[in-house]
Amino acid sequence: MSHLLEIRNLKITFGGLDALSGLDFHVDEGEIVSVIGPNGAGKTTFFNAITGMVEPADGDIIFEGDSIRGLEPHQVTGLGIARTFQNVRLFPNMTVLENIMVAQHCRTSQLVFGALLQTRAFKREEEEIRARAENVLGFFGSRLIGYRLEQPAFVLSYANRRRLEIARAMATQPRLLLLDEPVAGMNPMETAELTQLIGKLRTEWGFTIVMIEHDMRVVRDVSDRVVVLDHGIPIAHGSYDEVSTNPDVIEAYLGRPAERHA
Amino acid sequence: MSATMTSTSAATYRPRVSDQDWRRIATWGGLCALFLILVSLIGMPVGLDRRILIHPVLSLGYLSLLWIPLVLGYVVSKHVVLEGMAAPEPGARDLVTGLVTGAIGGVGLAVLLLGIDNFNIRDPLVNWSPQLLSLLTYERGLGFGAVACIAICAFLGLVGSSIHVVPATVRRVMSFAAYGLLLFSVLESAISDLSEGFRLEWLTDIMFAKRGGLTLISSVVLALLLGALSVVFGGRVKSATTRYRELEGLERQRASTILFVVVAALCIVLPLFLGTIMNELLANVGLFLLLALGLNIVVGLAGILDLGYVAFFAVGGYTTAVLTSADSPFFAPELHFGITLVIVVVIAGITGLVIGAPVIRMRGDYLAIVTLGFGEIIRLLFMSDWLKPYFGGAQGITNVPGVDLGFATIKGTDPRSVFYLVLVFCALAIYISWRLQVSRLGRAWMAIREDEQVAEAMGINTVNTKLLAFVVGAILASFSGAILVAKVGSVFPNSFMILVSIIILVVVIVGGMGNILGVIVGSFVLIGVLGGPRQPGLLQEFQTFKLLIYGALLVFMMLKRPEGLVPSARRSQELHQEEFLQDVWLKGEDHEAEEASEHAAETGPGGDEPPT
Repeated sequence: MSHLLEIRNLKITFGGLDALSGLDFHVDEGEIVSVIGPNGAGKTTFFNAITGMVEPADGDIIFEGDSIRGLEPHQVTGLGIARTFQNVRLFPNMTVLENIMVAQHCRTSQLVFGALLQTRAFKREEEEIRARAENVLGFFGSRLIGYRLEQPAFVLSYANRRRLEIARAMATQPRLLLLDEPVAGMNPMETAELTQLIGKLRTEWGFTIVMIEHDMRVVRDVSDRVVVLDHGIPIAHGSYDEVSTNPDVIEAYLGRPAERHA
Repeated sequence: MSATMTSTSAATYRPRVSDQDWRRIATWGGLCALFLILVSLIGMPVGLDRRILIHPVLSLGYLSLLWIPLVLGYVVSKHVVLEGMAAPEPGARDLVTGLVTGAIGGVGLAVLLLGIDNFNIRDPLVNWSPQLLSLLTYERGLGFGAVACIAICAFLGLVGSSIHVVPATVRRVMSFAAYGLLLFSVLESAISDLSEGFRLEWLTDIMFAKRGGLTLISSVVLALLLGALSVVFGGRVKSATTRYRELEGLERQRASTILFVVVAALCIVLPLFLGTIMNELLANVGLFLLLALGLNIVVGLAGILDLGYVAFFAVGGYTTAVLTSADSPFFAPELHFGITLVIVVVIAGITGLVIGAPVIRMRGDYLAIVTLGFGEIIRLLFMSDWLKPYFGGAQGITNVPGVDLGFATIKGTDPRSVFYLVLVFCALAIYISWRLQVSRLGRAWMAIREDEQVAEAMGINTVNTKLLAFVVGAILASFSGAILVAKVGSVFPNSFMILVSIIILVVVIVGGMGNILGVIVGSFVLIGVLGGPRQPGLLQEFQTFKLLIYGALLVFMMLKRPEGLVPSARRSQELHQEEFLQDVWLKGEDHEAEEASEHAAETGPGGDEPPT
């Protein structure tokens, strides 16, 4: 069976710097894959390349059998890849509900005339958008619904902003979800809760997930496979246990062990 | 935390009168003097002296000076109360602060008088004139004038600072009376026009003096009446609006319907009782409102700063002129206005696409500059010799017929009919703005305004969506252009100066960006009172100073009230995030507490594992 997402020899350069040099990567339907690596390893650039926000210098990105290299970001989202951002980027002055509603843009079609004439199709679509939005927000329990629906996104607490961003990505109805440090800045309890939810994203919503994460406990708990990047090159690949004991990985994170003195 | 807050915020102390912040007083007093001299030297007092507000005592010219010590006296004695800090109790000290500030301003003015009396530098400063001197000295000699200036300014500073000191009811009564008097005297022409329509001339004859302005007696009566009104109605309007806001579902719908019917009835009935001048004024306001509503979609919703918006106004105007006028130089099909309108929409849409396509890929400042350029290019094209055979060059196209409705003709000579035509289109534009704002498209526009890159990553085709905003805005502007041309009966390139773009933008910003009601209020205040680029407003005397006032207003609004006169709730939250966050925090505490207890109950005593 072919992979859901396959990346071949991906190369991205910024000026003279190779952010990614010759990355091969694949995800199968229903997997949760973590991408880890020290700062500046090229993890976020990797996400940017998949979603069309940066143009690869070389290589190919294949999603469900078709190349998506060179597509505009909104086209990529339309095909079913959604992402969150490392430094939460909500639409701060839109309400929580609107943030989710607007994310369904590529799944809906009404334009000027529907809105002006208030056609039945327009009203039905608005109702569907709203219902779906509330459904998605309900995934996070009572945290984002009720009185929160009408609050502007900027009043939310940090953890809620992260949740809302995940909800927004879910609302685009993707097949592949790219989460960029989903638990960064959360406290241990919130982290534990979100770890569970990431599992549910697969079992209940059927998303395939690629996740960048620095919290190794989260990585251990949810991922089927782990890919380690360093300086734009994959240096290790396998289950969490295999990767965590790999000397190259330890070296990339901690540096070469010093000679032991007697 | 809240406990500490309540315990400390109540603490006040009574400062000694001599305990003054002299540096602050000197700064504001100096500013006061500077403002007074500046306003005097740009010629406002002399230029506006003819417009009398209250018959023997107050003209608009004097008012242009008098508000300065009043407002600065108010500002200088205002204290910022910091959370948890002991606040000084307002009292005698503040009065002295205001008094001294005003007096310093007065001294500045007195120095100006001395200067005018002794030196002659009229050559660069046109308004360094004997007229100014005689105006400011009340024609009673320099000594009297200087003393009077200082005394009056000091008194006004005192009055300004006393606003903090007097009890709230007195404050409300006073401000109601003052604003009311100002409104009545400024709106004199509108009121007398209206009273003529209702056959109530006798009332205005009593109220207003022959040479214009309220009579002294009637102004006192009015002030008392308004003060009494404020006691009776005080706070009711506010509670009514909050009640309206809190209504939900069906009740809200019913209230909105009633409101709509009342406003619509007023709009339809009122012009019947208004004279030519007022109807003309309303028609002008409507034309600019139409433009502002269009620009509001482009700037306020989609966040595209378009400085060349006048281009679409021009395209609408010229298309109409070419298609309807018999004197169109090249192609004169002399179509009916209705058919023309359809073609105008198409052509404006195409122009929007053509201008938009290259421009829309740019961001921020670049986009603003390029649109500015396109606005001028369109005007220069219509002006050029190259296109003269088609559009008549600088001579424009004349002899555009009015709108023939079968039973009546809408022409510029009958401003009432023009007003009704404009009203229809404004209603349409308001409907369009309102519906789009709460649709899929409106949300996409807002998302693009917030963060274009993320909007694109969330599946919005930003280029097409922004183009659509451009096109919708272009079509609304072209309507305005078409009506303008049908109203005036001719079209010239000079009607479409860059200034029009700027003024519409100021209307949108001052009124309140992204808010339909704000834009309506903005056009009434700016175009109705001050006047458009060529159209006089209620205060025709301001014609010379219009651009100065527009500029000053824009700067002031940007600094002090960036959300506009009537802000959308969203915009004011955005611009006053901190205060809003604080409110939410205070209000949200109960919610949070509930949630926390729920959460604790769910997770049970262990608390480690979240619920599954």
